[in-house]
Amino acid sequence: MGIKIDQKKCTMCGNCVAACPFGVLDVADDKIIVKDGCVVCGACKDACAYEAIILEEVQPAAKVDANARGVWVFVEQRKGAIKNVAYELIARGRELADTLKTELCAVCLGHNVNEVESLITHGADKVYLVDSPDLADNQEDYLTHGLLNLIKERKPEIVLAGATALGRSFFPRVAAILNTGLTADCTGLDIDTKKRLLLQTRPTFGGNIMATILCPNKRPQMSTVRPRVFKKSDPNPSRKGDIIKVDFKKAGVTARTKLLNFMEDITEKVKIEDADIIISGGRGLGKADNFKLLQELADCLGAALGSSRAAVDEGWIPYSHQVGQTGKTVCPKLYIACGISGAIQHLAGMQTSDCIVAINDNPDAPIFQVAHYGIVGDLFQVVPEMIKKLKG
Amino acid sequence: MNIVVCIKQVPGTTEVKIDPETNTLIRQGIENIINPFDTYAIEEAVRLKEKHGGKVTVLTMGPPQADAALKEAVSVGADEVILLSDRAFAGADTWATANTLAKAIQKIGAFDLIITGRQTIDGDTGQVGPEMSEMLNIPFIAYVSQIEEIKEGYLRVSRMIEEGHEVLETTLPAIITVAKEINIPRLPSLRGMMKSKSAAVTTWSIKELGVNDKEVGLAGSSTQVVKIFFPQRVSQAEVLTGEPAEQVEKLIGKLKEAKLI
Repeated sequence: MGIKIDQKKCTMCGNCVAACPFGVLDVADDKIIVKDGCVVCGACKDACAYEAIILEEVQPAAKVDANARGVWVFVEQRKGAIKNVAYELIARGRELADTLKTELCAVCLGHNVNEVESLITHGADKVYLVDSPDLADNQEDYLTHGLLNLIKERKPEIVLAGATALGRSFFPRVAAILNTGLTADCTGLDIDTKKRLLLQTRPTFGGNIMATILCPNKRPQMSTVRPRVFKKSDPNPSRKGDIIKVDFKKAGVTARTKLLNFMEDITEKVKIEDADIIISGGRGLGKADNFKLLQELADCLGAALGSSRAAVDEGWIPYSHQVGQTGKTVCPKLYIACGISGAIQHLAGMQTSDCIVAINDNPDAPIFQVAHYGIVGDLFQVVPEMIKKLKG
Repeated sequence: MNIVVCIKQVPGTTEVKIDPETNTLIRQGIENIINPFDTYAIEEAVRLKEKHGGKVTVLTMGPPQADAALKEAVSVGADEVILLSDRAFAGADTWATANTLAKAIQKIGAFDLIITGRQTIDGDTGQVGPEMSEMLNIPFIAYVSQIEEIKEGYLRVSRMIEEGHEVLETTLPAIITVAKEINIPRLPSLRGMMKSKSAAVTTWSIKELGVNDKEVGLAGSSTQVVKIFFPQRVSQAEVLTGEPAEQVEKLIGKLKEAKLI
């Protein structure tokens, strides 16, 4: 298993060495060698003009459950309110299910969850509703086993969840028990109709590389999906579907962690993960007090307040506002970066925004490479001017 | 308190640049480093050992040169270091990685706590920690920003989620992933550096682990990378020129035109 190089066809042009995103190809003793770490991604094969590279197919160890059918969306809720990411996944899941000519099911585990029928009007054919006081505060052992039992009983082919703190913490546990593949933080989902497989695309290396990943031989195929990548669809009040109540089987599951206390971050007026517009500040703000200026602009636009890691590290604004690889990944319609130079880790968290505006006094700042509109200038002149114009 | 820390050696990606002509990653001159999130995991383990006694074992899976990361761990206080290295381990996805690490931890024996970083900066998945928790059948808590109390069989932590901080308690042994807020990692001391030079790195191959080659590496991976490409970037921003008032006028016009505001 791996890649083979046909020495008779190879001309040692070196294109494959340059094309390998994992850096495992090298030139040695007048031939190309493959070092450890090859994942058989095929980038070298595409780069080879001489058809000298042969990919050896991975032989399936297990027989695929060809009867698995249906696309499932895990419906994340908090205190009974369904999160937006669930509706986004239902919108995209609807399209995937239609392509596969199968059903779309929403799986909702919680207690007294509001507006469950809206999952139907937004596109689900069925809702599996598991209601129990035990599920009120998203205890992760209960969620893991609650979802696991449903998957084992009903055998879906695809299961999606939001790439939120919760989704990225408990979904891997479900996948581990099922011994199936899970792709993290996807920004693209498509179907290979010939093979009936989910094509999962995700950023890696801090957003420098995109990888498309398959789970060919195991079911279900599982992904966590970045919030706001897909758009919530408009509800259709005449859509019909079934809400199927399923008992929560608590027997045999121990809640091994217990929530003792929760301290809400109250500095966020508008949640950055739900916002259409984000005004973000970085080191260029100079001090904590200057975030008030950005808050004023944010208030004019009904926007949320974001920040770079630098501003969080300085203690100017709490972590919950941080956008980037180690903060939140956001995808608003409009992202206005003020005094942010644009380190690669920050770009990884916001570069999929629909429109990016950069305000920075350094014309060479990397933020201008991802921005659609740039203003080279002093943010302390530009931002007040914006506030004046928007208020006037 | 016996603590196992799982780390990964990664390319220092702040240096990663794309060659605009060939559209490939420029790898020359990129140093390998310990995944930054894992440095917080090592530091936290060493602090717990200093307070409560015990031993810190640092574990990694990787090519032979990953021993450099382990030696660095010794320089900041790790007692024992183990490298899982075998051609058969290469190309592993998160499940196969978690499985290999979990098998090694079972071989290590009794432990109270496993700590690892919340994610790596190259793969960015954050999946290996939670997957290991199921393979070892122990409690799991992600994104820990503070260990509030730890004693025989008991752990209370504060962790960060989107909406704020949660305080959770659990029993030990357990596995946690840590956020950078948890501590400030120390620099190696002179004594530590001396120690790291002579540190013995235990290396386990597939034989020592006693695992089947079908459950590790590429063969044990359910996911397959089928395509790699570079994201489309806007090459050049439309720069709005003039005095601030003029620049803002133009910008607001553009944003209104696009119905963004």
